[in-house]
Amino acid sequence: MQELITRAKELLSLGMVSRVLGWRAGDLSYNPEPAFFEKEEELGKLVYDGFCGANLSKYMIEASALPGKTLVFLKPCDTYSFNQLIKEHRVDREKAYVIGVGCRGKLDIEKIKAQGIKGITSVSDTGLNGEDEIKIQTIYGEKTCTYNSALLSRCHVCKGKEHKIYDELMGESRETKDAERFDEVKTIEAMSSEERFAFFQKELSKCIRCNACRNVCPACSCRKCVFDSTKFDSAQKANVDSFEEKMFHIIRAFHVAGRCTDCGECSRVCPQGIPLHLFNRKFIKDIDEFYGEFQAGEDIETKGPLTSYTFEDVEPGIVKERG
Amino acid sequence: MYKIRKDDLSALFRKIAGEKELYLPQKIGGQTNYAVWDEDAEIDLNTLKTVKSAKDAFFPQFETLYTCKKEGKKLQVEAESLKEKDFVVFGMKACDIQGVKVLDNVFLSEPVDSYYAARRAHGILVAMACHEPEESCFCKVFGLDAADPSADVAVWMIGEELYWKPLTEKGEALTASVQELLEETEDAEKKVEEEQVQIRKIIDVLPYSNLSLEGWNGDATKDRFDSPVWETLYKPCLACGTCTFVCPTCQCYDIKDYTTANGIQRYRCWDSCMYSDFTMMAHGNNRNSQMQRFRQRFMHKLVYYPANNNGMYSCTGCGRCVEKCPSSLNIVKVIKAFEEGGNKA
Amino acid sequence: MQIKEKGEWKPKIVAFCCNWCSYAGADLAGSSRLSYPADVKIIRVPCSCRVNPMFILRAFERGADGVILCGCHPGDCHYSTGNFYARRRMTLLFSMLNYLGIENGRTRVEWVSAAEGAKFSQTMNEFVEKIYSLGENVRLGDLRCKN
Repeated sequence: MQELITRAKELLSLGMVSRVLGWRAGDLSYNPEPAFFEKEEELGKLVYDGFCGANLSKYMIEASALPGKTLVFLKPCDTYSFNQLIKEHRVDREKAYVIGVGCRGKLDIEKIKAQGIKGITSVSDTGLNGEDEIKIQTIYGEKTCTYNSALLSRCHVCKGKEHKIYDELMGESRETKDAERFDEVKTIEAMSSEERFAFFQKELSKCIRCNACRNVCPACSCRKCVFDSTKFDSAQKANVDSFEEKMFHIIRAFHVAGRCTDCGECSRVCPQGIPLHLFNRKFIKDIDEFYGEFQAGEDIETKGPLTSYTFEDVEPGIVKERG
Repeated sequence: MYKIRKDDLSALFRKIAGEKELYLPQKIGGQTNYAVWDEDAEIDLNTLKTVKSAKDAFFPQFETLYTCKKEGKKLQVEAESLKEKDFVVFGMKACDIQGVKVLDNVFLSEPVDSYYAARRAHGILVAMACHEPEESCFCKVFGLDAADPSADVAVWMIGEELYWKPLTEKGEALTASVQELLEETEDAEKKVEEEQVQIRKIIDVLPYSNLSLEGWNGDATKDRFDSPVWETLYKPCLACGTCTFVCPTCQCYDIKDYTTANGIQRYRCWDSCMYSDFTMMAHGNNRNSQMQRFRQRFMHKLVYYPANNNGMYSCTGCGRCVEKCPSSLNIVKVIKAFEEGGNKA
Repeated sequence: MQIKEKGEWKPKIVAFCCNWCSYAGADLAGSSRLSYPADVKIIRVPCSCRVNPMFILRAFERGADGVILCGCHPGDCHYSTGNFYARRRMTLLFSMLNYLGIENGRTRVEWVSAAEGAKFSQTMNEFVEKIYSLGENVRLGDLRCKN
């Protein structure tokens, strides 16, 4: 972490960048927030630990409009989102100085709390060089949990520790992948139609339409979302009928289909714990099967699967044939 | 005071639900929220905070106000009927109860909101003391006592028993209706006092319990509104509505029409000051940047509301926004930011 | 006709037809006196790729029991490539609806040229049959539109 701060200060003082986009230490031991730093002395508060799950690439849209370069710290999976934003001309590569930071998987505070750990007052080092066992001081005594047991679910199906775009790299990554990316989708596909309907009905009924999934999503970068239109008679802020939550989540997932890098931010931020990645991952799986493997954000040139075609593409009837 | 064994609680809930609608915290799809009791409900009284507050029971996220139907050339307007039956909300914490008081000031002052008033008149609140407060709690800052919540009935979960104390006439009536399941007890006062001492001890050492509200009051409008602190503070905000929707006191709503098969349904739903169409008018929007909308939320809670309600804050320190904000931004960070830089600025 | 005997419930079916082929195909079916059920409501679109997933969901929201999209045969699009894009979009959308537990047969895509009046009529007859066999759409509609 100290290296990050030192390097950021250096680049600021050399005038190579005008500001730094990173994470600022929170007031609790697990709630750092995304932040812009413009002065060297502010950088003392920069932090990079296990709780820095937030993907900063979307903030680069805003930073691209500012004068000067912005130094941004991107984790391996964040670089896919950043690439995708470059491809869509939403961020300016020339305005960014990307430091690819290592990653050992990021933590989900909910998973720590689910282990009965509450009243947290401090957490041992969860940085890149931290121990595998996390020591947590709470009002109710000292508790421990393993780093692995508290990983965000997306980290268990990590796409890899390679940065797809960077100007320089810092910090060693650690492998966290221990599950197959499409296993959850396959489990649902194996259910009967009735079971699938009941499953999604139950999950989506929790939706409070806070729009956190949309607003955090690097692929959801429309200046004005169709759901925010005042001429649209479905509410964008309430599910008056259960149809509305389905409509919102299907349309949102469809709109990012072929552009979603599977960064998992939607599921991370959902206050109701809805596994929203299951929508996006279904599209990714289908795209892979129908049109050949494709990873959004892998590079900045390849055409997306929904903006290209071949004469021999499968017919929509295949869905019925597959059952 | 009365007591009942925890094992007998399901009988108690069944009994209450037999006569009245009963809202209580349930685990649904892995998340604990208030919902109406039924036989299959997975009741969860151990989770300290439900994701959403109990606000829905009195001021639901959406409710129909009236329906217009076209029949031939006639237009029929049908107002939604008001709540007519008593219902019970079980397990509200001190912060949730305070949330209802905040809403009362808004909806029960003239002009009275009849939908809300009907629900308040028929609602029976059973408050539960917080057995193990957590680090995101700061109700003490607003003068609340999580160990001694005041509602129609107060309950304490101690060991294998639940202690039950009616506090109002409504509470007495509810108690009478379930009397056969409750056991009158002598040692209760002592046990509850011990539990209260224990709870208060924990609250005293919570990280946010010493938060200072200095400078936040009804007279601070100019000072706070013009502060440059907002300009940097709002930056991580994603403009989602999580904080407003989990909040027990956020009371802004929007009224919308939905075109049905042959008419219009007019409904109201919660609004969020974080949204771009908040208070949208014919001429457009008077808060056209996220900074302004962000500022509105905290100014409303800590300055405007106290100015109009004898100094009462419109935050109860429940800490839900602390736990749920996707960007880890929250009212505590706002208050602290002003402590550090804002008061001087 | 056979269909009328099937009881009171009548399905609502929305057919999005591209202006250049399928809509003309429907015209030809009409002028050739080939019948297709009146439950099918045709909405003319400039190209099959004009149909955005929101249209399909919107139709279901407002009470459709089945939605069918008809366009020019692949390779024959008036705008050269529109239907290729539509094909990918609809494949993915239908797969998603199936994944969410919406019955498979409620959505369909068929390529119908301006010369295929008979195919148009046959497709619509088949599709309506299918919707009758599936019954009323209860999984993907807005209850407010039912009354």
